This record gives sequence, structure tokens and C-alpha cells, in this order.
Amino acid sequence: MSYVLKKSKADRVVDAVLYTTMALFSLSTLFPLYYVFIMSITPFAEVLRNGGFVIIPETLTWEAYKTIFGSPVVPQALKVTVIITVGGTFLNLLVTTLLAYPLSKKALPGRNIILMAIVFTMLFSGGLIPTYLVVRATGLTNTLWALMIPGLVSTFNMLIMKTYFQNLPEEVEEAARVDGSGDIQTLVRIILPLSLPIMATLGLFYGVTHWNAYFGGIMYLTDKSLMPIQVVLRNMIQTPSVSSELAVDASLVQQLPPETIKMATVVVAILPILAVYPFLQKYFIKGMLIGAVKG
Amino acid sequence: MKTEQTADRSLLARPPVKKTHSTSLLSRLNRYKWFYLMMTPGLLYYLIYHYVPMGGLVIAFKNYNLMKGIWGSDWVGFDNFRTIFSSPDFPLLMRNTLLLSFYRIIFNMLPDVILALILNEIRVAWFKKIVQTITYGPYFLSWIIVYGLVFSFFAPDSGLISTWFRDMGWTQIDVLTNKDAFRPLLLITDLWKNTGFGAIIYLAALAAINQELYEAAVVDGAGRWRQMWHITLPGIREVFVLMLILKIGHIMDAGFDQVYIFLNARVYDVGDIIDTWVFRRGLENLEFSIAAAVGFFKSVIGFILVIFANKVAKKLGGSGIW
Repeated sequence: MSYVLKKSKADRVVDAVLYTTMALFSLSTLFPLYYVFIMSITPFAEVLRNGGFVIIPETLTWEAYKTIFGSPVVPQALKVTVIITVGGTFLNLLVTTLLAYPLSKKALPGRNIILMAIVFTMLFSGGLIPTYLVVRATGLTNTLWALMIPGLVSTFNMLIMKTYFQNLPEEVEEAARVDGSGDIQTLVRIILPLSLPIMATLGLFYGVTHWNAYFGGIMYLTDKSLMPIQVVLRNMIQTPSVSSELAVDASLVQQLPPETIKMATVVVAILPILAVYPFLQKYFIKGMLIGAVKG
Repeated sequence: MKTEQTADRSLLARPPVKKTHSTSLLSRLNRYKWFYLMMTPGLLYYLIYHYVPMGGLVIAFKNYNLMKGIWGSDWVGFDNFRTIFSSPDFPLLMRNTLLLSFYRIIFNMLPDVILALILNEIRVAWFKKIVQTITYGPYFLSWIIVYGLVFSFFAPDSGLISTWFRDMGWTQIDVLTNKDAFRPLLLITDLWKNTGFGAIIYLAALAAINQELYEAAVVDGAGRWRQMWHITLPGIREVFVLMLILKIGHIMDAGFDQVYIFLNARVYDVGDIIDTWVFRRGLENLEFSIAAAVGFFKSVIGFILVIFANKVAKKLGGSGIW
């Protein structure tokens, strides 16, 4: 932050430019999101009458949402995505915690070697094809496990959690140990209650990743009923025939232009992220910085 | 990371807390047995889904056959690599990948810094908060959603901008399948999605600058620009170099997540990168060995680059990433 004793005229001009730039950047961030939402709820006739865009629609229609939720495809995809988001995030946090807690103990024999081996995976990887072959060989293809197990631990998140554990006061644990608490008991009864902020942060990191997951679906799954919402969304956007993609009778979507249905699907995929966004915002920066500073 | 390692060593030098002199390895292992048990699922994960695939890279030197499996397939030495390097696709892939990465460093990394610098100059707290809240939101949206948004603007027959162009009687634009538009499209959407988030780390570095430096500068009569040049920019140099090393380490990636989703056959000439090619040849055409060989080549170069960039950063007086 620069300090000035008295703002000169030039300074005020610079300020005006900066504030305007920021306002425009913010508006250009919001506009596409607002646009798809409006498109999904405005009757198409009204859109056409107004040259392709209405700021505030006169009449609203929820037909597009009724159509996608009335189809067998989108509710099924949402169900899959909710399952992998909830189940996957739980598994992520469980395994990440169980790995990060011991590694936060500096006296643990072998700790440095294990850490080095883990960090090495950030620098070098087998790549797409060998990973695919291993996922297939371990029998995960065409099961929902394929969307949860291959990304079980994010090294970055694990290191953040390890740093968090390291910064907890050691005395509390020592006291518990003197009282005869076992290691697992200490973790569950003492450490976890102190770690809710980091659990919330990393839970949100992992949760958003699962909600947005796409590649797992197209790489490891062929069964259409297992496809997560992002895969269905992409197919919807690219299809010339929305009704066949949604597996509904073509007459159902005849009154609705495909664009309205596509936009409604985009909105459905955005809404959950928007709903957790206040929490993301609260925790994310903090978590990012713990990781960035001490990673 | 560096300070932590030094701290580690000093702690390791001390005997573990509450331990008598009989700290033989065996008794130490016994003391930590529950910890090893806890780590087992995580370590198995790393072993199976990270280290086994590294071993699986041997198929780059084999002619992988689904029936015979990884170990049973025949060795072919460097044949796969010879095939790749002499293929006309290869120079194109390298060019597209490197160019895109280079553009990303210039057109996506610098805006992160600029946004942080501007936000840092903004004194009205509520305005700054709103701008930040809005601009780092898109980071959490998937590329599919971003593609959906792009589609709503540029779909040839229905997009807002496409129809607008048509109604104005201007040329037909088809941004999604236009070779000249493809890279700018990737860069602009990347800018839209990730700039707000990318600025966070620089804002943190800016917040850590000692405010007394600015006060002293004002006393010395330094204006806004001189303060920025002499205090603000040096304050984020370290972080900038760090981010640059990370980007250089990923120069062979070029953003697969995004490119794959935006790519279509009409823009392969400018948009096909190493990873998208590997994905197609490997998983769609089932040429596992060729695809794995390209992947192997990419991983090795990436690894060398990050080691090299880190060395250079240290030579230049920074701390590097390890």
C-alpha cells in the first residue's frame, strides 16, 4: 500500500482508472453467469423479441428445469455426483488425515524418506496410460470407485494438513499421552476437535474437485448410468439433439429451444458451487496460504 | 520448505521426547507402530496409483499387447520413440504445447501480478472485498461449465455474440472452430477463470511487506511509482520466481484439462497438445505403447525442467522450492 501525504491530481486520475478497471473486470466476471441464468428462465420468444438478451425478463418459465429434472439422465448424473462428492470427500479426508498426522511427528523413523517419496510424485508421474492400466488392473473400471480411489490423496492437501498438525501445541498431546491415551485415541479425541478449520478447508477443496470431476468419467467408465453431471453436461452442450441426450420423448422438448435446456443444465452444475462459495471464501485463502508458505 | 528442513534436523538430533536412553531402532519402531498402521492406506495408495504406474512406463519400451499384459508383452527397445520422433505429428505437438505454455506464462501469469498490484492500491475496503469475492469465484467452476458459458456466447447459430454479428450484417464468426481464435480463446477463458485466484498469493506477499518501509519512503519524498518500484515489486519478487519455476516445470502440460474440453478436429493444427494426443492415441485408438512413450518423454522433460529451474532460481539468490 503506498502512502501519500496529499493526493495530487495525477494520483486521482490514476485512482479513477484503477477503480474503473476493477469494476469492469468484476462485471465481466459476473456477466456470463448472469446471462446463462437469465437465458434458462426467459421464454425464448421474449429473448428473440429483445435481440438475444434480456436484462430482467418480463415473464419467467421453469420449463427447461422441469424438462431436465423430468428426464432420467440428469437426476441420475446428479445422484452419481452427489455420491462421489460426499463419499469421495469422506475417503479423501480420512486417508489424508491418517497419513498427515504421523508425518507431522518429526521423530517418526523413516519420516523423511516417506515424505521425499510422496513429494517426488509431484515432480514425476507415470502419466495417463500407465495410470489407466493400473486403474483397470485393480478392477475399478466401470465402478464409482474409479472416480474416488485414483485421486484418494492430493499431495498438496496432505502437506497443508501436515503443516497444520505440526503447528498445534505439543503440550496437549503430551498431556493426553501421560494420561495413557493411545495414538489413535489422541488423534480422534484431541487432534480432530482442534483441526476443524483445516478439515473444513480441505473438505471443500476435495468436494469441489469431485463436483467438477470429468476425466475419471470419460476414462474409466463406459456405463452411461454411472456418468457424473460434468460428463452429461458436456454431452448436452455438444449434442445437436437434446432430447436423445436426455433420453426423453422429442415432443417434450419441441416447445423449448435446445439452448434454453443447455443453459439450464449449466446453471444446475453451477448452483452447488455457488451455495458453498461463502464457506470456500472464508477458508480457502487461509488454507492456500498455510500450504504456500510452508508447503 | 527450507526452514522446515532445518527445523527437522535440529529436532531429529535431539532424542525423542520422554524417551530413555534405550532408543534402539526396534523400540522406536515399536513406539510408533500405530502411526505406521495409520499411514498404511495412504502409503498403499501412493504405491499402487503413483509408483506402480511409474514402473508401468516399461510399456514405452515394449509392444504392449492386451492379452499378454505389461510383463508378457515383447520388448522393442527404443522403437516406439523412433516412431514418435520421426512422425510428422511430433514437431506440431511440441510446437503447440510449448507455444501455449509460453503464452500462458505471459498472458495469464502477468495478469495475476497486475491484479494483485491494483487491488493493493485500492483503499476503499468494501470495494476491494467485493472485487476479490467476485473475481476469484470462477476458479471453482469446472472447465465444462466455462465451455458452456463460452458456448452460450459463441455457438454458431444461437450464441449471443454470434447472432449479434449476424444481425449487424458482419462476417459470420465461428470462434469455437476457428484456428486463429483457438489460442486466444484458451487464454482469455483462462484469464477469466483463474486470475482472481492467482492474485491471492501475490496479495499475501504484499501484505507481508513491512509498512514502515513505505512510511520511510514517504518521508524521503518518494511518490507512488517510486514506492512501487523500490518496495512493492521487490516484495513480490521471490513469490514470482517461485511461481515461474512451477510454471516452467509444467511447461509440457499446457493445461490438458482445459484444452481437451475446448478442442475439436478443426483446430488440431493449433490446439493439439502432447496430452490430448496421448489421450486420443492411447485411450481411443488403444495404441498404449506409443502413447505411453510420448507420456514418458513428457514426464522426463518436465522433471528435468523443474530441477533445472529450481537450480537457476537458487543461483539467482532465491530460495527455490526445495
